Amino acid sequence: MDIKDEESAPSSKKASKKPIYTQFSQQDLPAWKPILTPGWVIATFSVVGILYIPIGLLTLFASESVEEAIFRYDDRCLPPSYAHNANSYIQSDDTNKTCTIKWTVEHEMEAPIYIYYQLDNYYQNHRRYVKSRNDMQLRNKAAEGDLGNCFPEDKTTDTNQPIVPCGLIAWSLFNDTYRFLTSNKDLTVNKKNIAWGSDQRSKFGSNVYPKNFQSRDLIGGAKLNESIPLSQQEDLIVWMRSAALPTFRKLYGKIETDLEMNDEIEIVIENNYNTYLFGGRKRLVFSTTTLIGGKNPFVGTAYLIVGGLSLFCAITFILLYVIKPRPLGDPSYLSWNRNPGGIK
Amino acid sequence: MEHIPPSEIPHSRHRRVRPKSSVQFDDKVIFHDDNGNLIYVNDPIKTNEKYEFAGNEIRTSRYTLLNFLPKNLFIQFHRVAYLYFLAIAALNQLPPLAVFGRTVSLFPLLFVLCVTAFKDAYEDWRRHRSDSHENNRQSLVLQSAQFRPKRWKNIQAGDVVKILADEMIPADIVLLGTSDQSGVAYIQTMNLDGESNLKTRYAKQETTSLVLPDACAVSGVITCEPPNRNIYEFTANMELNGHKFPLNQSNIVLRGCVLKNTEWIIGVVVYAGQQTKAMLNSAASPSKRSKLESYMNRETFWLSVFLFIMCAVVALGMGLWLVRHKDQLDTLPYYRKTYVTNGPDNGKHYRYYGIPMETFFSFLSSIIVFQIMIPISLYITMELVRLGQSYFMIGDRDMYDANSGTRFQCRSLNINEDLGQIRYVFSDKTGTLTENKMQFKRASVHGKNYGSSLLIAGNNTAAADSGKQIWKLKSEIPVDSELVALLQKDSNRDERITAHEFFLTLAACNTVIPIICSSTFPSCGKGESNKNIECIDYQGESPDEQALVSAASAYGYTLFERTSGNIVIDVNGEKLRLDVLGLHEFDSVRKRMSVVIRFPDNVVKVLVKGADTSMFSILAHGEESNNGIWQETQSHLNEYSLQGLRTLVIASRDLSDSELEEWQSMYEDASTSLTDRSAKLRQIAALIECKLKLLGATAIEDRLQEGVPEAIESLRQAGIKVWVLTGDKQETAISIGLSCKLLSVDMQQIVINGTSEVECSNLLADAKAKYGVRSSSRGHQNPKCETDSKHGGPDIHNGTKSLSMPKWNPGKEEGTTAQLALIIDGTSLVYILEKELQSELFDLATSCRVVLCCRVAPLQKAGIVDLIKSRTDDLTLAIGDGANDVSMIQMADVGVGICGQEGRQAVMASDFAMGQFQFLKKLLLVHGHWNYQRIGYLVLYNFYRNAVFVLMLFWYISCTAFSTTSALTDWSSVLYSVIYTSIPTVIVGVLDKDLSHRTLLQYPKLYGAGHRHEAYNMQLFWITMLDTLWQSLVLFYIPVFTYKDSTLDIWSMGSLWTISVVILVNVHLAMDINQWALVNHVAVWGSIVITYGCVVILDSIPVFPNYGTIYHLARSPTYWMTILFIIILALLPRFFCKAVCQIFYPSDIQIAREAETKSKQHDDLRSKLPISN
Repeated sequence: MDIKDEESAPSSKKASKKPIYTQFSQQDLPAWKPILTPGWVIATFSVVGILYIPIGLLTLFASESVEEAIFRYDDRCLPPSYAHNANSYIQSDDTNKTCTIKWTVEHEMEAPIYIYYQLDNYYQNHRRYVKSRNDMQLRNKAAEGDLGNCFPEDKTTDTNQPIVPCGLIAWSLFNDTYRFLTSNKDLTVNKKNIAWGSDQRSKFGSNVYPKNFQSRDLIGGAKLNESIPLSQQEDLIVWMRSAALPTFRKLYGKIETDLEMNDEIEIVIENNYNTYLFGGRKRLVFSTTTLIGGKNPFVGTAYLIVGGLSLFCAITFILLYVIKPRPLGDPSYLSWNRNPGGIK
Repeated sequence: MEHIPPSEIPHSRHRRVRPKSSVQFDDKVIFHDDNGNLIYVNDPIKTNEKYEFAGNEIRTSRYTLLNFLPKNLFIQFHRVAYLYFLAIAALNQLPPLAVFGRTVSLFPLLFVLCVTAFKDAYEDWRRHRSDSHENNRQSLVLQSAQFRPKRWKNIQAGDVVKILADEMIPADIVLLGTSDQSGVAYIQTMNLDGESNLKTRYAKQETTSLVLPDACAVSGVITCEPPNRNIYEFTANMELNGHKFPLNQSNIVLRGCVLKNTEWIIGVVVYAGQQTKAMLNSAASPSKRSKLESYMNRETFWLSVFLFIMCAVVALGMGLWLVRHKDQLDTLPYYRKTYVTNGPDNGKHYRYYGIPMETFFSFLSSIIVFQIMIPISLYITMELVRLGQSYFMIGDRDMYDANSGTRFQCRSLNINEDLGQIRYVFSDKTGTLTENKMQFKRASVHGKNYGSSLLIAGNNTAAADSGKQIWKLKSEIPVDSELVALLQKDSNRDERITAHEFFLTLAACNTVIPIICSSTFPSCGKGESNKNIECIDYQGESPDEQALVSAASAYGYTLFERTSGNIVIDVNGEKLRLDVLGLHEFDSVRKRMSVVIRFPDNVVKVLVKGADTSMFSILAHGEESNNGIWQETQSHLNEYSLQGLRTLVIASRDLSDSELEEWQSMYEDASTSLTDRSAKLRQIAALIECKLKLLGATAIEDRLQEGVPEAIESLRQAGIKVWVLTGDKQETAISIGLSCKLLSVDMQQIVINGTSEVECSNLLADAKAKYGVRSSSRGHQNPKCETDSKHGGPDIHNGTKSLSMPKWNPGKEEGTTAQLALIIDGTSLVYILEKELQSELFDLATSCRVVLCCRVAPLQKAGIVDLIKSRTDDLTLAIGDGANDVSMIQMADVGVGICGQEGRQAVMASDFAMGQFQFLKKLLLVHGHWNYQRIGYLVLYNFYRNAVFVLMLFWYISCTAFSTTSALTDWSSVLYSVIYTSIPTVIVGVLDKDLSHRTLLQYPKLYGAGHRHEAYNMQLFWITMLDTLWQSLVLFYIPVFTYKDSTLDIWSMGSLWTISVVILVNVHLAMDINQWALVNHVAVWGSIVITYGCVVILDSIPVFPNYGTIYHLARSPTYWMTILFIIILALLPRFFCKAVCQIFYPSDIQIAREAETKSKQHDDLRSKLPISN
């Protein structure tokens, strides 16, 4: 038949059906194809080494410049007569819970000096505990009846009134207090701005006041002043940022005067909080701060070690490469060219 | 498809039968009435009152507005992944277990459900639209004695419809009459089977006379079989005015076909709507699962073991902790299991169910927390990735066949990565390796060989005398001048008569339909008058037949008209009208075809053509002179097949009146029989197919497809064994093997062609002894055991492989033993495949470089594939184009169909379809390699990504008194695998490529990476898991040590971990990305940005306890230093190992990558030089 037809028919089909050429559809996109050449490897290790060692040194230096003093007091503040009966000591209303520790400042500490209490073996991250709060209730007065998750500290037993703030976390609010005296003068502790500003502004309502708090029979910890709104209850706000690990510190306050070397400081502790029940320790920590936070040599050391290791790797690779070089992309290294016997 | 096989494709069942008188039926045949459908012609009401026939309305849509929600959910929850999600979400709803918030825990499930539901709804909406379009088409239906338009959906069984040319057929219709007096109609079945050639259908002679263009006086009853999906079979009877006569496949036109070349047809609807064969056939082919996925499931099992261990550890820890603190639990500030009040609740337990129960609940809740350890989302990711991969395969311009205008097709979306690990390719020959464009080349007539010197006749010699009709063929066929001269001679010698009959047989013994293009051909040239030239095109189902008919035409025997009972042949200008009394179609048992023809001079002849093996046994014996011709012909046949030509033997015989009568009555009985019709017909054929006179033989050339030798060579270099399974004769198969470079002259050929079990067994044993083939003894004696051990893992598997490797590894130059080629024929395979010799054959075949199986039946093809599949772990691919390859294609791990000349059955059954064999090279070496590398990495990376996250949570839980607290916020936990890390995974799975396609095609041996399971194996899995363990420890302990004794709260810690793990897994991925296009950068770094975005948003909502965390954290340098440190330290070992491996123990892929980069730099330099000059 006519040759014209035969030729024109497929060509019109071609136009309609042949896949269109685009770099994308033909998988031909311009792309960077990095290969791990010895140069790259050595450079990477060197850069890591060169970057990490100074960072490590700086961090370590910063950490070393932090002054820190730690006092464990749960044992010291326990009268020897109660040594085997700590629980009844701390639960009793009659025992004297005040105890005094004398501290001679060993190194000069510059203001601000942060005061923390440190608890351990205290699982603030326990699932039953972390969830035992109601964030709606905390920020909104209208939602004070919102008691979801707050069992068993949700309502008063007799009148069924909602507890504000409800839940185990608030109920177990830490209630040890500290006073510091230098030469019998009170060292002022600033307890303002110890909580996150964001929490104070938006999370804890300025019109929500504590209600029926710690009114039940088992008292878990501190009581709250019912005339102060939750947004101003900074100790509570700090406490309610549950800690990540079973050993944790919480900010107690700041001392805004420098402490000189050999200053004699008398620490007066009201030892109220019961950690004896579960063998938790309590510590009081004074610490200055730097850009990287408190005293922690771990970061610096780790950076130093990894930096050193990287440099070592870089040198090893240089040496190995000098001893056993391989030209890049040499087809004679292909497996079937290397040993013609078999595939492996 | 081989040799003649219209046969084996079932679709060539035309029986042009025109019974001279209606035969009365015996009861045996009518038994069918009981369970058949009764159709009262032109009485739809009566037809439908008794039977519940479906209306003609079709519904391909699955849902309606009302049932969408329940039905869609029901279908979606058939998938294990969703059930797992659902079970986890349900667990989380139990009060003691509520680990995540209730809504949060439902999020992943809802997300996936919504996405899928949306997709389904969209698809269904489109189906609804096309359904309503279909249902509202109109056709002419006989209503109160007039044809009036009626909507398709209102047509019922029993309606009489009239269809005009080029209209679609609305339902399955039995033809009653057509515009053609003889009752012929031409239809195109493109929508049904994809074949574009025309098929003929016939109205019964009894009814045609009763049908007028505008009326139909037929009112009979049709008894037909119940609806079924076989589009190539139809059996029914029609009772008309007391007569009964049979209806078959050639009397029915099916829904979806288009009427062509026929002015109108009138018919009665027998099946409507959902009962039509087209609708019954619209089912998907069975799905296959990829090998890599089954390995992946094995590793998933390990992951669930890990999950179980982790949950058990948590539960045990919880139990022990509770026992140790049993006395304190009442008042422990962070536990408080008891109400302590004065009220009635005093002493009551609060959410405490005793230590054993608490332990158990802790087990369950840790399953919830660790749920993503089982990477269920991976299955969804893999589907997406495979979709993307198939987009690229379909869009590949190198796999577009310009001749047929077909793109590559992915019909199965589950096995893309299998393409990268194929070890055996089983190929059909005809139409797959060869073009299946047949050309008549040689002929042996009366023992004389013609065709060695062919001339392309400028014009048919027959046209030399002006005034005669000239038939112009679509393609020009070279003719042998000597043979033409013989035909033109006016002699009565045997030779001349034989030649005449020979070409008459070629023109008459077939099922080809001549289509005459009425338009005259203006540019014919040669200055001849145009009026007498008509061009003719032959439409038929077998290319061999078309070639033979065309050849006959070139020699002056032009078939130009075919009606249901007649054919008209133009013999050198003389019109010869022949009555076709009966036709025995080609079938694979007889391997021949015959027609019974009544010549105008009342001589009745049977004309037969068939395969030589089946023909020589039924030739007439006796005469001396015949024997000479026999021998000559036979030697010619051998010569032809040595040249790779396809041969047929032509014979004929006169029928005496008594023979004719006997045959005729039996033939009519059989052809109206409703049961075993084909078997009965076969028996009757034997009556007349005997004592034949040999006329000659034909040889048809089937040219190799373009690029086939190169493709086979590349595949072989890639370590893929190519086996050819063909129905052709041994000699033909060998010659094709040679021409496509499958065989080479220096190969040792082992030929197995035994005719008994013992003989085969001896041949096999001899061959094994002679060429020193070792039995893979374990496999031989205990095949089960071997397969079991192979399932143990790819390592062991590699071990066994290396045993036999040296023998066939194409890369190896073996000095001592020559390469082996095994040639085995179908008869031997019958004995071997059914008996215990299977393993012998397996040993022999696997140690040969090439295996050629000839004369194999379709089911044997599948048997051979199964032989390899059941004995090795190697992946098999079958490629073919015809209906006889369907079983093989379905049996093999990967089935590839060639959209060729022989219909679409192979394509319908295949997983992938393409236009030419040579595309297989790019499909396997390039796309297969990429897909395999991508999916392999994707799976490992997903395991890692989820496990590192889960392990990190696990370590933390050990710090929370085993109380399954998660430091991460609920949303972050849920979004981790859905948003934070999913996009780069998909992008890398779809787009990353280790090597360019040029390199992969240049070094086919790189394909070996897939054979060696380099991208995914047990060892890699365990290495990945070790790396995961290290990374999770770094992730957990670095922040813990950094923030030891600090004021850090749980949400800050969680936020730090969220960010760290997301950055870590993304940088880990970045380290392994082979090529960075813009989209990779966007995906990887974008994910980190998105994660930060989400964290910022989550931390800005005051009702969440984590409010404000990120703002606070970001101000602290320690936070940033920790993240930086985690990333570097976690990835250091991986980087180190990667560097050592790549620099000192490079893989082939690595070297090729380097070479690629190097050559690119050279090119860049070179291209810059001229500019600098």
